Amino acid sequence: MSPDLAFLVEVVVGGLLSGVMYALVAIGFVLIYKTSGVLNFAQGAMVLFAALTFVSLIERGLPFPAALAATLAVMVVVGLTIERAVLRPLVNQPPITLFMATLGVAYVIEGAAQLAWGTQVHALDLGIDDTPFDVAGVLVSRFDLFAAALAGLMVALLTLFFRFTRTGLAFRAVAEDPLAALNAGLRLPRIWSAVWIASGIVALVAGLLWGARLGVQFSLSLVVLKALPVLVLGGFDSIAGAIVAGLIVGAAEKLAEVYLGPFIGGGIEGWIAYVAALAFLLIKPSGLFGQRSVERV
Amino acid sequence: MPRKALARALLTGAALLALGGAASADEQYFPLQSYRVGPYAAGGTGFFGGFIDYLTLINSRDGGVNGVKLTWSEGETQYEVERGVEVYERLKSRPGIAAWNPLSVGIAYAMIDRITADKVPLITINHGRTDSTDGRVFPFVFPLLLNPYSETSGIVEYLATREGGLDKLKGKTIAVLYHGSPYGKETIPIYEQLAKQHGFKVEQIEVPHPGNEQQSQWLTIRRLRPDYVVLRGWGVMNPVALKTAQKTGFPASRIVGNVWSNSEEDVIPAGDAAKGYVAITTQASGTQYPVIQEIVRGVYETGAGNLADKKRIGSVYHNLGVLNGILNVEAVRIAQEKFGRRTLTGDEVRWGFEHLRLDEARVAKLGAKGLFHSINVTCANHEGEGRVTFQQWDGAKWSVVSDWIKPDWAALRPIIEASSTAYAKERGLTPRDCEAEERVGDTGKRASAEGK
Repeated sequence: MSPDLAFLVEVVVGGLLSGVMYALVAIGFVLIYKTSGVLNFAQGAMVLFAALTFVSLIERGLPFPAALAATLAVMVVVGLTIERAVLRPLVNQPPITLFMATLGVAYVIEGAAQLAWGTQVHALDLGIDDTPFDVAGVLVSRFDLFAAALAGLMVALLTLFFRFTRTGLAFRAVAEDPLAALNAGLRLPRIWSAVWIASGIVALVAGLLWGARLGVQFSLSLVVLKALPVLVLGGFDSIAGAIVAGLIVGAAEKLAEVYLGPFIGGGIEGWIAYVAALAFLLIKPSGLFGQRSVERV
Repeated sequence: MPRKALARALLTGAALLALGGAASADEQYFPLQSYRVGPYAAGGTGFFGGFIDYLTLINSRDGGVNGVKLTWSEGETQYEVERGVEVYERLKSRPGIAAWNPLSVGIAYAMIDRITADKVPLITINHGRTDSTDGRVFPFVFPLLLNPYSETSGIVEYLATREGGLDKLKGKTIAVLYHGSPYGKETIPIYEQLAKQHGFKVEQIEVPHPGNEQQSQWLTIRRLRPDYVVLRGWGVMNPVALKTAQKTGFPASRIVGNVWSNSEEDVIPAGDAAKGYVAITTQASGTQYPVIQEIVRGVYETGAGNLADKKRIGSVYHNLGVLNGILNVEAVRIAQEKFGRRTLTGDEVRWGFEHLRLDEARVAKLGAKGLFHSINVTCANHEGEGRVTFQQWDGAKWSVVSDWIKPDWAALRPIIEASSTAYAKERGLTPRDCEAEERVGDTGKRASAEGK
């Protein structure tokens, strides 16, 4: 393989693997939006809280499995508390009210995390070597491959859950038509609770992987900025869309930065994904895989 | 009321008034725009913790500066400019303000006009506007020890020592990975100029804020194959740079961090990827220096320490805070020698900063030998010719790996003056005549009169 081609492949592979990490965060948004129509701005804060709780427990001497189980329990409680204390009392309020409520929740979680665990930064070692290996002149990160495999596993589990379990089918029914689901006897509050718990678990997985990548510190909550163009592109209510859009955004922003950046000043990675997402929005407002809303008038 | 009781009450009242008056007359106040929560709290708690620890030491050990007690209060900014300005407006009417020390480029920029109108010094240790080094145009702003240009020059001088001389830099390639913000971009022209001057090639690569994804930048670096990478980062950008460098096979020992990429908070999250990484500093870290030992004994062992976690004593940010305390206190002490041992006005303290000359002997007397080198502030040079050293991270602690290095101030001064002159022209300011002020000494007289 020529050096230029190897470099191109490396850029694309690196971008795709980064895209998987973006998709991991985006899936947390999708789960909530799909079943309750709420854009959960607190997802980034939940990612931070999960990672900070886990690393703080490890630093206090808990073994890895115990810390993981305890953090899982904490995230279940966090998810349930948000749903019960904030969103359930606001049922039937306009979407903007619900969005603002999650914005408030994000600040409360960040403040609570600092109160509980302090303001220091932490290293998070998941025991996965991050030295690259060479495949025909292309360096591939072991850690990123592991993260991609874990994300793939999580998507597979979620797909099985949605297809073959009663609760999963109920999720889909609620996502399709909440009123019809209610008429059919589904208990919406229970489903909302379950989906917030699931979102807390996704936040834990994303928090561990992103925490190992960036270190556990308060800017971890900013990873949501990477998930937003993915959501716009993939659709807010499609897990498959989040994955595919994550891959597209990851590869596109890396290619743009490396090949286009030098001609227009560099540092374009931060906004080029939004440009792509906005352009796509003009063509297909519901995103790649999002459901187009059709209303009878 | 019986006459005796009335007389006693009046006497007590008079005594209280006198005491109250004396207390306020003998206090020098430091308003602190600190950030103890939010994304930059780790740096804020360390710096302001060190600063307060030193002020506490001076009060408890010496009874203040020549009997003038040091006081302070904090206003939380979360490192946000609006909050910083709000804290300024809230605290600026307190009596006896010595100086403002926000440790934030954004807040400092927003304060320049305000502090100039209010005639109180603004200390931007190791940061701030490069051209505020020119005290003729910025009389109240003090980028003590290091401005971005001298930092750049210091880094180039250090790389030259690694290569065996400045002439050996010729033909080398240096990549500068900078934060996509005004702070990050400030050194672009000076790197270009130094590259031209010394014959090395420079490639400057922007990392968009906040810098939590750098795959494409490091792939570009891998393709460039530079001899060194200079990291001009901030916050999360730093550990991510080190981790991504490892992922793309670039050795950490060939990455040199700038002054805001040099703390424990920048390397700990990167784990093993940071081992061997080198960064510039104006103050060494560690607890072995006498002044830090005094803080441990006199402040922490009496339960008056400011850091919640004692393990952070001697960390980069804590020692920077202590050093900032030393410079502020010594400026007050120097000003007192001229204006009297009493509460000084901001303008009088400004005079103290403009005569802040601490040579190696004085630094040793202050218990800071090895912690920092020296400072020599003048009316025209508000930076004060701070020297820099370089520390290497071994996975657990920083160790000094260079001598104290002098940036090339003579080469930088014309660039600084060109920028400050343009600023003065734009704002319609007449630069001060420092020589005349020193000769006549009218600054002191004027400030003294205002103080009275």
